[in-house]
Amino acid sequence: MEKLLQVDDLRTWFRTSRGIVKAVDGVSFDVAPGKTRAIVGESGCGKSITALSILQLVPEPAGYIESGKIHFGGEDILERSWTDMRGLRGREIAMIFQEPMTSLNPTRTIGWQLSEAMTVHGKDAPAARARALELLERVGLRDPNAALRQYPHELSGGMRQRVMIAIALANRPKLLIADEPTTALDVTVQAQIMSLIKELQDELGMAMLLITHDLGIVSEVAHDVSVMYAGQVVEAAPTRDLFHDPRHPYTQGLFASLPARNRRGKDLMTLDGIVPDAANWPTGCRFAERCAHRLDACSAPPALHGSGTHRQVRCHLPSAMEVTK
Amino acid sequence: MSPTLLHLLYNLSPLALIGVAVVIFLRARQTPLWGEAFRRLARNPSARVAMAVIGIYATIGIADSVGWYDATTQERRTVIDAIFERKPERTYSAPLAEMTTGEAKPQKIREKHILGTDSIGADVFYRTLKGVRTAFQIGGMTVLIVTPLALLLGLTAGYYGKWRDDVITYIYTVLSSVPGILLQIAMVLVLGKGIIQICLALGITRWVGLCRMVRGETIKHREREYVRSAKALGVTDMVILVRHILPNLLPVVIISTTLGFSNLVLSEAILSYLGVGVPDNVGSWGNMIDAARDELARDPVIWWNLTAATGAITGLALSLNLFGDALRDAVDPRLRS
Ligand SMILES: Nc1ncnc2c1ncn2[C@@H]1O[C@H](COP(=O)(O)OP(=O)(O)OP(=O)(O)O)[C@@H](O)[C@H]1O
Ligand SMILES: [Mg+2]
Repeated sequence: MEKLLQVDDLRTWFRTSRGIVKAVDGVSFDVAPGKTRAIVGESGCGKSITALSILQLVPEPAGYIESGKIHFGGEDILERSWTDMRGLRGREIAMIFQEPMTSLNPTRTIGWQLSEAMTVHGKDAPAARARALELLERVGLRDPNAALRQYPHELSGGMRQRVMIAIALANRPKLLIADEPTTALDVTVQAQIMSLIKELQDELGMAMLLITHDLGIVSEVAHDVSVMYAGQVVEAAPTRDLFHDPRHPYTQGLFASLPARNRRGKDLMTLDGIVPDAANWPTGCRFAERCAHRLDACSAPPALHGSGTHRQVRCHLPSAMEVTK
Repeated sequence: MSPTLLHLLYNLSPLALIGVAVVIFLRARQTPLWGEAFRRLARNPSARVAMAVIGIYATIGIADSVGWYDATTQERRTVIDAIFERKPERTYSAPLAEMTTGEAKPQKIREKHILGTDSIGADVFYRTLKGVRTAFQIGGMTVLIVTPLALLLGLTAGYYGKWRDDVITYIYTVLSSVPGILLQIAMVLVLGKGIIQICLALGITRWVGLCRMVRGETIKHREREYVRSAKALGVTDMVILVRHILPNLLPVVIISTTLGFSNLVLSEAILSYLGVGVPDNVGSWGNMIDAARDELARDPVIWWNLTAATGAITGLALSLNLFGDALRDAVDPRLRS
């Protein structure tokens, strides 16, 4: 099937005083229309930067996209100018961020911000206002009429995240990028927010790139999973395959003790050892330091086996490579 | 157009000013930030005193702006002129004195002068009142020149960074390394005396402080999540600057403008004292102080002229500062030190 989003060998780097930080260093994945791909991995492995790269919103001036290709709807959008990118942002590709407390402008009303999301892309003001009300109702705000005139600080975190969802979906995007949309919320509302997102995804038939730490959410929502480590994808597979048969030692570590049906609400396990410095990646396998199955071959960088197929592993171990045969 | 009608039309500008102020106040009160700030201000006793004093000054200034054409003198007369102007009197009569002092044969003084008379026999209280409008004009007009300039440059430098930031930072670093007072004197000497000229002279250096602050705040806000979300929605940089970041900077801008205003009132006095201030025919506290510079050495001492002018300046500057500080506390309690 034709892919909606295709990221090829993306490298997003930062110029810093410590040298060049290669936060994203050769990441590839794709998202099919209407499907969900999850990206999981430890903190700092480059998930958010990957997401921001798609919208070309990498923090300037330090960050820049060094190389790679990002195709959206068949078009290489890295070729687009800043102005052309604007037409895509919020209309074709929308994003929900982790921090609902600060992602809304404190000096503007909810109604204003929701309307702006639509008027930016050419909807006239009265139509935008009408749809704003409709959207707030749809995302489950108790008193949508009052909420239109309220300011962000008057709403709870969960309500604010609902507003963020309404804003993101206002223009019926084809792709939603959700960067840990529930992490900052109370455990009790996390499930509600996630099922709201899922519901709206089905309703609008949009694809989703979901960044999360929650393996329970991954198993329920995602069709495919990419596991990131140290700026690279180390394993990618359909969700079921990955849960039943993780191949990369890192993935196995993450999923270690938990049987699949027991993983709801469980965060990724933390492994022993530390992630290498992004300004100075090891020349060989980046996981070797922490790997229990280390071989001599691991001092050379492993290739991504099965590249281009739906089961990919970046590892020298014969057992890992087998799956791709 | 007949002068009578023209002078009546002049009265529209103070009225328009009051109208704008009221509208801004009412609209601001609707927002949670300012509504809460006003409530806190109203509960703060020193802010209430300061606001009352500023209110009195403002009333005098407005009364001195409302007037009509006087056919006999062929000049504009304001409400203040009508009430407080006194006929020329003997020079240097003491406050409330009935007879002159320091003369061999004391002379009768025709009218009561609350603050006595000055070197040309003019009523000191009246002259002090005439200084109010000038002070507000200079403070207000300079603020109107300085604030947009500082906002434009500060927002641009802070948000876009790179070469724009370099150029703007360079300009204000150079400006702030030149002694401001010399620059102002030079400006007045080039442009000539006059209220507008003084405002320009004061404005040329005064934008630096605000610009620096706005730049710093903009750099902070540029990295905030709400700005990133707006970008992710496809909002243009211009709109993000003006409609997202600027409203967040308004509290600091307004507070620093209030404090800057009182500074400007003082600067006017200093310039006038140095002889490069407002023309002699408009009321000015600085000119009064300048005229009084050797009166303290006389015998008997002529203290009232200097006291009146200094008192008027201090009263206004002090209330503005108190109000500015109270406003800062009211807008953001976290800033209270
Ligand atoms: N502005 C920046 N300047 C320099 N380096 C940066 C910057 N932003 C991110 N990085 C680098 O990029 C790496 C990846 O960051 P990213 O935010 O993508 O991590 P993440 O996988 O989203 O982590 P988390 O799970 O904590 O959100 C970080 O470890 C950091 O070294
Ligand atoms: Mg992140």
